[in-house]
Amino acid sequence: MTRGDPTRRRKKMPTVSMTVNGKSVSSEVEPRTLLVQYLRENLGLTGTHVGCDTSQCGACVVHVNGESAKSCTMLAMQAEGSDVSTIEGLAEGDTLHPMQEAFRDNHGLQCGFCTPGMVMSAIDLVRTNNNPSEQEVREWLEGNLCRCTGYHNIVKSILAGAKAMQG
Amino acid sequence: MSETGIGVPVKRVEDRRFLTGRGNYTDDINQPGQLYAWILRSPHAHARIKSVDIKKAKEAPGVIAIFTGADMASDEVGSIPCGWQIHNKDGSPMNEPAHPPMAFEKVRHVGDQVAIVIAETKAQARDGSELISVDYEVLKASIMMNDSLSKDALPVHDDVPSNICFDWELGDKESTDAAFEEADHIVSIEVVNNRLIPNAMEPRAAVAEYNSATGKYTLNTTTQNPHVIRLLMGAFVLQIPEHKLRIISHDVGGGFGSKIFHYAEEAILTWASAKVSQPIKWTAERSEAFITDAHGRDHETSADLALDKSGRFLGLRVSTNANIGAYLSTFGSSVPTYLYATLMAGVYTTPNIYCEVKTVFTNTVPVDAYRGAGRPECTYLLERLVNKAANETGIDPVEIRKKNMIQSDQFPYQTPVALQYDVGDYPASFNTALKSADYEGFADRKSDSESRGKCRGIGISTYIEACGIAPSAVAGALGARAGLYESAQVRVHPTGSVTVYTGTHNHGQGHETTFAQLVAESFGIEVDQVEISHGDTGEVQFGMGTYGSRSMAVGGPAILNACNKIIEKAKKIAAHILEASESDVEFKDGVFQISGTDRELSFAEVSLAAYVPHNYPIEEIEPGLDENAFYDPLNFSFPAGCHICEVEVDPETGEIEINNFTAVDDVGRVINPMIVEGQVQGGLAQGIGQALLEGCVYDESGQLLTGSYMDYTMPRADNMPNFNVSTQSVLGASNPLEVKGVGEVGAIGSPPAVINAILDALNPLGVSDISMPASPLKVWQAIQKAQ
Ligand code: FES
Ligand code: FES
Repeated sequence: MTRGDPTRRRKKMPTVSMTVNGKSVSSEVEPRTLLVQYLRENLGLTGTHVGCDTSQCGACVVHVNGESAKSCTMLAMQAEGSDVSTIEGLAEGDTLHPMQEAFRDNHGLQCGFCTPGMVMSAIDLVRTNNNPSEQEVREWLEGNLCRCTGYHNIVKSILAGAKAMQG
Repeated sequence: MSETGIGVPVKRVEDRRFLTGRGNYTDDINQPGQLYAWILRSPHAHARIKSVDIKKAKEAPGVIAIFTGADMASDEVGSIPCGWQIHNKDGSPMNEPAHPPMAFEKVRHVGDQVAIVIAETKAQARDGSELISVDYEVLKASIMMNDSLSKDALPVHDDVPSNICFDWELGDKESTDAAFEEADHIVSIEVVNNRLIPNAMEPRAAVAEYNSATGKYTLNTTTQNPHVIRLLMGAFVLQIPEHKLRIISHDVGGGFGSKIFHYAEEAILTWASAKVSQPIKWTAERSEAFITDAHGRDHETSADLALDKSGRFLGLRVSTNANIGAYLSTFGSSVPTYLYATLMAGVYTTPNIYCEVKTVFTNTVPVDAYRGAGRPECTYLLERLVNKAANETGIDPVEIRKKNMIQSDQFPYQTPVALQYDVGDYPASFNTALKSADYEGFADRKSDSESRGKCRGIGISTYIEACGIAPSAVAGALGARAGLYESAQVRVHPTGSVTVYTGTHNHGQGHETTFAQLVAESFGIEVDQVEISHGDTGEVQFGMGTYGSRSMAVGGPAILNACNKIIEKAKKIAAHILEASESDVEFKDGVFQISGTDRELSFAEVSLAAYVPHNYPIEEIEPGLDENAFYDPLNFSFPAGCHICEVEVDPETGEIEINNFTAVDDVGRVINPMIVEGQVQGGLAQGIGQALLEGCVYDESGQLLTGSYMDYTMPRADNMPNFNVSTQSVLGASNPLEVKGVGEVGAIGSPPAVINAILDALNPLGVSDISMPASPLKVWQAIQKAQ
């Protein structure tokens, strides 16, 4: 065992269990572990990103029990027993989710760093409002920052994705 | 014929991995046995380090090692070099104080590195760092340039008592002064180009690993130019030979210039990884990024424009102070000089120009290139000044621009500030923009706004930029310490698929698609048969990376040249197999054919023959289809264009709404129109962000007041408009692809268009100046003051 081995534990840690992308998972975690850390570091689901430390950028958005949530803003323990889905769980095999497809068709991403959060957030918008206007999309994205696209094509993607999700 | 070649809006190759969460960003990388680093940073802007006590911290749970600046100094770790040497007016070289990766004896800005704590987990490293006690002797800090230049200022660097890095000039002072003697009007302006924080959404990160069995170092890092990091860090800072140092940066979440530079953390981690013989990972928190990523802009300028009676520009005189921060960053010295003053002619025929620039050390984060780098500062000054000239002379802002614009038959056009513009048609994009923005219909829209109690304004900006950095001889003459070639290797595999190794770097620009289009066009194949490899010095031969809108303009022709070498060789092979003379073989649309016959071979057939032949002229041609090329452009390329912004201001609240933003850009040949539009849109948001929202604020002790997304206003979806973007191109003349570059145009042209629009709206209320960012509060105050 090397010195950096994360399995070397000093005290007994609590166990957290949840369903992530349809699979049940259960692990010992330090109580202060954030959900995003748990997803990225314990489960290796690195599609969920961290872009800030003040809960503002939305790079970390996932779905918890079907609703969008900033995974940097909740503890893994708070997701105990929940059904969590991340960007990795959206596509069915090689078939992209219509919202993913819409981002690709409309050049809604450049560096891709904000993208997982944008897509997860957009899907939740359509869940609550299946025919959003441009203005509604822009307001909904209040908690999602993108530095690359100027938002023009993200908004276009989400409008197209909303339509496609109905179809 | 390729259906995914040049000019086609091909959907991006890279999107699938990003959309499914399978990008490979630096923080996604983990190595077996990896430790975590936390960097203890200075809480003071300026202080002497009297002592650092790490005893307690070393005992903290999980802490493996702690190193300070003194440890690095005793290992004789070198200074972080600056890539561009500028000379003072008197010919002496600029002041280049030492830039140790970890502060030694003195800290010079809040966030300066003081110690690295390495532990089993990130939380333990951070907890450990809190137990370090540093005894600081706090010194008076200089935050604004005026502070640094005042008589009682302390030197930021003891060996630079003046706090001036250099005092530089460009242009002919005498002839310019003479032009002012003859002027009928002189228009003067003072402008501040607000300091910005780049804020790529991915914070910087690094994973360093040393293999003691092979003596090899590997550093995964968030950089726009891995080979430049290898060169700077390997040769200058850590003295690691290149064959023992591999720099990898796969997916990078945006750069905008801020990830060009060789950062201290890269050297600290690499050095420390050998000390602990285990991989170490460091990821910046956003609040750390705010106080360590190089900032952008921060100029204070006064300028005068001399005009004759008819409104023709006779001379321009510019004096700028530029904040360079606490240390000279990699390109810090080139930004306010050769990327700034050389553009002072803009798209105009101003015959006499003189510009002087003083750069000043302050106790703030280093200032370096941020999207546009020098060119937005220049454009903002010029276009504000031209508008002011229009106002003061009573000439219409459209007319005054038209009157002074370089005409399409004047190319190549030699400016009085070193550059020679290759080709362009500025009146064409100008007229198209006016039309597209329905400039003529503005009066009606204005009266409609007025009927609702709102003020409406329209603002124009033209711009030119020099990009495609760089023609190496010119860059060298201007002070660049390295030539800026780009290289490519094109490897055709035996079945005809292709891997391209490019020294440029893709961090959102879509190179994996556009470069593949270029290759598809050359070989008559499709994009899905081409793979673009970048971002790994272990795979890619060499390169200078991506910045200054150089990737397609400099990296593209390197790929093209390598493709042409492949075709030449493949023709020889085809001629042998077809038993014809080489001169009879034609290559078109992916097929080698003997002219005038139906005897032909496909690209894939020749590829296979190149590698696994039975019948091959091995004496004359070596097997294999794998070629290298280096390319150095003839000249910079010169994208130009016109941006027009229309705003409605509520005089009661100062609130500004952008009703229309039109950009018509000449970017040369368009390889992928979808990607070009996206690049312009992104740049516009950053430019509009600078004009309306973003501004870095320090308090007088050097604490960053805008150190998080709660205080630093980023453009959001609900404060950005839809953009009316189009291109009107004259093909470039400086490279064989005839491209000019598109990455920066949006950020360069847009800020003055926004401010000119606001001033146009507020003109009837007597407001004649507003500084960026033009927040509602500032606008409201300006209205109150003018009343
Ligand atoms: S990481 Fe920025 S909001 Fe969660
Ligand atoms: S695509 Fe880069 S931050 Fe949104």
